[in-house]
Amino acid sequence: MHTRYSYGGDEHIFVEMDEEMSLEAFFKSMSITNAVRAARIEGITEICPANGSFQIKFDPDRIAPDALMSRLQSLEQAAEKADKRLDTRIIEVPVFYRDPWTTETLMRFRERHQDPQSTDLEYAARMNGYDTVEQFIHAHHAAPWFVSMVGFVAGLPFLYQLVERSRQIQVPKYLRPRTDTPKHTIGHGGCFGCVYSVRGAGGYQMFGITPMPIYDPTQKVSYLHEFMVFFRPGDIVKWKPIDREEYDAITADVAANRYEPRIRKVTFDLDGFNADIDGTNQRLMETLHGV
Amino acid sequence: MAFKVLNPGLLTTVQDLGRPGYFHLGIPMSGAMDRYALRAANLLVGNPEGAAALEAVFMGPQLEFEVDATVAVTGADLPARVDGEPHPAWTAFPVRAGQVLSFDYLKGGARAYIAISGGIDTPPALGSRSTYIIGALGGYHGRALAAGDMVPLGPPRAVQHGTEVPEALRRTVGKSAELRVLPGLYWRLITEEAGRNFFEDSWKVAPEADRMGYRFRGGRPFSFEPREQPFGAGSNPSNIVDACYPYGSIQVPGGTEPIVLHRDAVSGGGYFTLGAVVSADMDLIGQMQPHTTVRFVKVDMEQALAARADEAQRLARLREALA
Repeated sequence: MHTRYSYGGDEHIFVEMDEEMSLEAFFKSMSITNAVRAARIEGITEICPANGSFQIKFDPDRIAPDALMSRLQSLEQAAEKADKRLDTRIIEVPVFYRDPWTTETLMRFRERHQDPQSTDLEYAARMNGYDTVEQFIHAHHAAPWFVSMVGFVAGLPFLYQLVERSRQIQVPKYLRPRTDTPKHTIGHGGCFGCVYSVRGAGGYQMFGITPMPIYDPTQKVSYLHEFMVFFRPGDIVKWKPIDREEYDAITADVAANRYEPRIRKVTFDLDGFNADIDGTNQRLMETLHGV
Repeated sequence: MAFKVLNPGLLTTVQDLGRPGYFHLGIPMSGAMDRYALRAANLLVGNPEGAAALEAVFMGPQLEFEVDATVAVTGADLPARVDGEPHPAWTAFPVRAGQVLSFDYLKGGARAYIAISGGIDTPPALGSRSTYIIGALGGYHGRALAAGDMVPLGPPRAVQHGTEVPEALRRTVGKSAELRVLPGLYWRLITEEAGRNFFEDSWKVAPEADRMGYRFRGGRPFSFEPREQPFGAGSNPSNIVDACYPYGSIQVPGGTEPIVLHRDAVSGGGYFTLGAVVSADMDLIGQMQPHTTVRFVKVDMEQALAARADEAQRLARLREALA
């Protein structure tokens, strides 16, 4: 890994751990941002972690850009020695694959797609060497995913699949972004999955939809009372395939404000994960289901 | 205490100085695109500088007042009328209960700020009344104003009508503008020639110019240094592993049309950025109409900070003039 530092105008410093995505880059970035937060440096106004990089917003009237740059660089070495371990939570997110709403949307934007003759799922299955869409859907939800960034728009999680790189799903984004994406679409672009938190433009392939709200500016949804954004970097997600009947039932529960997502506390240890990926995921599933 | 929206104009939103602190969750700061003009309008009507006011794009709204109030319009040149009587811009004027505030056609600039004594008193969201439309957050029910809305006002302070911002402290934008840019971020991905062209070419503001970002066209396409795309980045040479975007940062999807992110910026994404417009020039962007000719001017950090100090000076003079 080679760390790069750069100014973003006179109010930001951008730090990239590595050009390519990896959990190592995420954990190093997280360790430095934790150290920066703990250092309470005068003049820093925002700390934004991303997948394998982070960004600091600062007020140059309160701290000189070069002074802040040196402070950040001095924090990097200590952060490298930090534990690659995270106390976090695992959340089960229901997904209705091949739903009518994303299907209708993808048909509407076919001329912006690499393969206008296929659906997004058919295209993604073929690109990743699966014979059938069913096999691809199974690969999509069989292993858990790691929230490596929250952003783009309000509360949208970027998810990194917790499997060996050779098994990770990769799909190009649309040739030209759509101007519309249904709210709660499960998308995928590059190696990242996402959940569209709001309706709007988007370029990721669309695989399905969740009935579970993840952003509520009115804070009426029971589990979003305390804060309007559900996901945090470091959350672990397990997709649970559901059919139309379950989708409608959960939607009714959400409307009646009695839906509660299944959430369990877990510890994620990067070295342990790398040493035994399937075993780590097995234990995550056992914690989730209380076995 | 309120006013009624008879006609909302094209896109009129409640804005203050924004809600910093939530960009790490994808919620941008929002707030007035021309912060200087917002501050001036508020000071003219006796409000705190950061009170909530209306930001009207290209076209003014039509508002019927329920109470007596003092109003000031700054920013874009959008001539105001009260029951048909014209009133000068950058100047405080009275509106009586029952009267209607309306506007003529836009003569210059892009965004007018309409401050009303007492300030707009919609409920704050995450510490700000600014409207973030994509996230349905803040402002008037998280959206732009619509006909029939009753917009609440705070209690006004005593203020002198006729107070005006001195001519030298009013900023207008003409047919062309210069934006100062500090190169950096993923600058290394483009060729030396592409970097040179970017600063040499003359660009025009595209019709896709809004609170999220301003798109520019007319310059030569960008060429990229050859490289193997890193894992997770995507196949286009303009793709990177999704990362944060600074306010003012310039991305060039597909290497064709640069986009400068503004107050409602997306917080990150998978396109390379080549640097950022300096903080001192962000207000200016908010006043640029489509088709405005723009040159990007390369500066270093020292020059960026000098420009920032000049802006601070201008604001200090404004405060002094209206004290």
